[in-house]
Amino acid sequence: MSYRVHVRVMPRATLLDPQGQAVEHALTALGFGEAGGVRVGRAIELEVAAPSRADAEARVRQMCDKLLANPVTEDYLLQVEEA
Amino acid sequence: MLNVAVVRFPGSNCDLDSLRAAERAGTNANFVWHRDTSLRGVDVVILPGGFSYGDYLRSGAIARFSPIMQAVQRHAADGGPVLGICNGFQILCEAHLLPGALMRNAGLTFVSKPVDVVVERTDTVFTSAYAAASRLRLPVAHGDGRFVATDDTLRMLEAEGRVVLRYVPATEASPFQPNPNGSANHIAGISNASGTVVGIMPHPERVAEGLLGATDGLGFFTSLAAWEPRASTPNVPSR
Repeated sequence: MSYRVHVRVMPRATLLDPQGQAVEHALTALGFGEAGGVRVGRAIELEVAAPSRADAEARVRQMCDKLLANPVTEDYLLQVEEA
Repeated sequence: MLNVAVVRFPGSNCDLDSLRAAERAGTNANFVWHRDTSLRGVDVVILPGGFSYGDYLRSGAIARFSPIMQAVQRHAADGGPVLGICNGFQILCEAHLLPGALMRNAGLTFVSKPVDVVVERTDTVFTSAYAAASRLRLPVAHGDGRFVATDDTLRMLEAEGRVVLRYVPATEASPFQPNPNGSANHIAGISNASGTVVGIMPHPERVAEGLLGATDGLGFFTSLAAWEPRASTPNVPSR
């Protein structure tokens, strides 16, 4: 089976996110004063061949722990769908 | 004469400066390509500054898996000295040879200017030539220089005296902004427990000879040139 996996990597909530702050300031300046709590992360999509959805997710978790996310500074979320 | 390897990654740009500084300090320095798998028995490794792999994903994240890095990991595990400068520091953190991580500067801009730092640890392979509490003026040039670590890690680094360089706090009289990137505890450089692996954001190789206007950074290279491999940890050439 082939699965399409969406990986969302976000800076850990307790850490300063200067990019999110800058975007929030820009939104405020553009008149979107209602926007708050802006954080900027990274989205990664990939296709994985795996015998099952659970196997695909397990493999991508390994990829995240090893390369796609930095465990010191980032958290990640996975979404797996059949490709 | 000590043998020094300066590792070249695609995107390294302080490699020649580092090689020259190491040579001027009296070592036999050579480049090693990132695709090489052996350090050929060198004594000291320098990971130079630059933008390895275009800083894709995270600074140092892809360089950390270059073929040569397995040899660097073994070298460090055997007690071999490794100095990471700027991008080299980022690579050392990504490789878990040093704790913590280097994130986007708090001010978001790339910072390229001199900063004042204090040498807080002088019993490392790379800072032994400096007097304790020496103040240096070194250039920084980075976009991702904000050192972050968990509270536990920061406490450990402070308690064990592993902060090698610290940006001079704002209270000190200095013409330069004290902390150029929002680094935790004003940290500019750290070491492993034994002082053999050191990572620093400032560029000592850029102020290592009079022609460059200052020699504040030369001490990193005279320090490593004076290092003597311990007989108890022979530096066996890797395959």
